Amino acid sequence: MSNESWPLYEVFVRGKRGLNHVHVGSLHAADDAMALTHARDLYTRRNEGVSIWVVRSEHIAASTRDEKDPFFAPSADKVYRHPTFYDIPDDVPHI
Amino acid sequence: MTTTHHAEASPPESPESPETLQEHFDATIARDQRIEPRDWMPDGYRKTLVRQIAQHAHSEIIGMQPEGEWISRAPSLRRKAILFAKVQDEAGHGLYLYSAAETLGADRADLTDRLIEGRQKYSSIFNYPTLSFADVGVIGWFVDGAAICNQVPLCRSSYGPYARAMVRICKEESFHQRQGYELLMTMMRGTDAQREMVQDAVDRWWWPSLMMFGPPDDASPNSAQSMAWKIKRHSNDELRQRFVDMTVPQADKLGVTLPDPELKWNAERGRHDFGTPDWDELMRVIKGDGPCNDQRMERRRSAHEEGAWVREAATAHAAKRARKEPAA
Ligand SMILES: [Fe+2]
Ligand SMILES: [Fe+2]
Repeated sequence: MSNESWPLYEVFVRGKRGLNHVHVGSLHAADDAMALTHARDLYTRRNEGVSIWVVRSEHIAASTRDEKDPFFAPSADKVYRHPTFYDIPDDVPHI
Repeated sequence: MTTTHHAEASPPESPESPETLQEHFDATIARDQRIEPRDWMPDGYRKTLVRQIAQHAHSEIIGMQPEGEWISRAPSLRRKAILFAKVQDEAGHGLYLYSAAETLGADRADLTDRLIEGRQKYSSIFNYPTLSFADVGVIGWFVDGAAICNQVPLCRSSYGPYARAMVRICKEESFHQRQGYELLMTMMRGTDAQREMVQDAVDRWWWPSLMMFGPPDDASPNSAQSMAWKIKRHSNDELRQRFVDMTVPQADKLGVTLPDPELKWNAERGRHDFGTPDWDELMRVIKGDGPCNDQRMERRRSAHEEGAWVREAATAHAAKRARKEPAA
């Protein structure tokens, strides 16, 4: 049985204008052009998208395991990045 | 098996102790949060998921056949277009699920081989024949209806990619069920012969549809672990009961009789009592001895083999283009 498979692609779809592309899943295709047409047939059969990105899965660099990972620690102790950190009197308008 | 480069699969080596990893996993499940592909997970959890998702994917793919046989014989262009779209959706469902299985390190070509070589199963329901066009309607109504009962709770399954695939699938199943029921309503408004066809299809598909939920709870040893892991949210018997309760009023409206003399409303339980499916038959069909097992497998095998030249040609074409325009 021929077991040589096409590379895996990750698929990202922009649902409508004004939205980001969102990861929707993956598929196998021989090349980029085929990955795009397969992605259209598989992930946008009901007008779910106005734009598609496909990228070879092996080309994605990812952070390590889960959210508790120390990789994200630098953002956890910077409460001053959030607007609620600042005390503004209630009678100051529009802030 | 782990030959893919899936962006999300293959977690890196972790410095943490097995106990810490297990605790973190258990806590994530207990908080009702999703497990994602690169998280550490127990081997049993991964294996159970790969098996369940693969069998689910195979069922969608084999499930194209019973109805697919009627595409060329659909009674109108409208019905043909609908049936085409439905069968194409089932192919899509298979592919969403294979994609989810690959996030666990499974290899797509290997999964295909496992199906074709009979090493992995698919749902017993697709081993029954579609004898008339009414079967297309009854499959949409019963089989897709049962699939909805099964799949709606799986949208909250603890494994993220599986749950997300289910959300996508459930949206599409509703069309499947409704086109089936509408088809049957149309036939019921027709001639006596058409009404008989509908009743005959109902008689043949009712019990196999109840078997889709699997063996009874006391004979389903792996269910408890799957429920503890929140892969599964309800027991086989509970889902079967829901399907019966959902379907009985629909049968009344349609004007057909469900072929179960024990079926009746139980006011005390607030649910329907119903008879026991022939579990020996289910075991026989699962073991390969259903009316259409050989036919379904042969068809899947030949489709794969006859498609080999297309896959090879596309690979050769891609290689040629890659040589001509080297990556920038
Ligand atoms: Fe489906
Ligand atoms: Fe369906």
